[in-house]
Amino acid sequence: MNLPIPLVVLITILCLAGIGLYCLLITRNLIKVVIALQLIVKGAVLAFILAGNMTGQLNLAQSMALTVIVADTIVAVVGLALAVQIRLKTGSLDIKSLSSLKR
Amino acid sequence: MVYVLIGVGILVCALLAILTRRLLLSAAWLALTSALVALMTYLLGAPHIAVIELSVGAGLVTVLFVFAINIAGEDITPLKSLIPKPLAVGSIVLAGGLALFLILRAAGVLNLTPLTNLESAILWEERYLDLLLQIVLIFSGVLGVIGLLANGKHTPDVEEQS
Repeated sequence: MNLPIPLVVLITILCLAGIGLYCLLITRNLIKVVIALQLIVKGAVLAFILAGNMTGQLNLAQSMALTVIVADTIVAVVGLALAVQIRLKTGSLDIKSLSSLKR
Repeated sequence: MVYVLIGVGILVCALLAILTRRLLLSAAWLALTSALVALMTYLLGAPHIAVIELSVGAGLVTVLFVFAINIAGEDITPLKSLIPKPLAVGSIVLAGGLALFLILRAAGVLNLTPLTNLESAILWEERYLDLLLQIVLIFSGVLGVIGLLANGKHTPDVEEQS
């Protein structure tokens, strides 16, 4: 079995995004939600690099991937800070407790 | 063959990251996933992104996760998911299959030819707008964290006084 490299990477990307989406749909733990977002973004970064590799524009792809990594890190930081605050306020990490934040 | 091994490793680590009950172990599996993604990125010919992914994805974000889990504490009470699991699996398999089909068909129709290196060099070396955006993002992230943590510290005092 000799699969072409782009196909292998493409399947990895799709499965990674699928696993992240599955976790996002299933879980109700706020920290797990951030982990799922991280997994999806890792798939996106790999997809950028694969696209750059296939079209010969690797530098452009690297520049885009760098922006995605920075944005993703900020999302993780803010998401985790929110999760900590909600845990301190409501006593649980359940995503349903977010609805109790409205006054 | 190396790509297949790394791909399988990435998927196994990602699955373990979402299936493990304990959040700290979950964060550790996520770090390993990130390291393997960095390795695959390096093999695809992007060493800069591999280094950044390894240091930020496997290093900084993991430290943040451990920090947050330490403050928030492990909450391993099993929560029932909001939608049934078979529906989630089915919809994701359907979406993934459709995406794979469309991508493969587009790759067959479109002839992906390498372009000249001129544009990319300009975009990589003279990307001031990109850098500005990143600086603004980092600044907003730092401000957000400072605001959130500061609020958390003051909340008990206000409650005690009232």
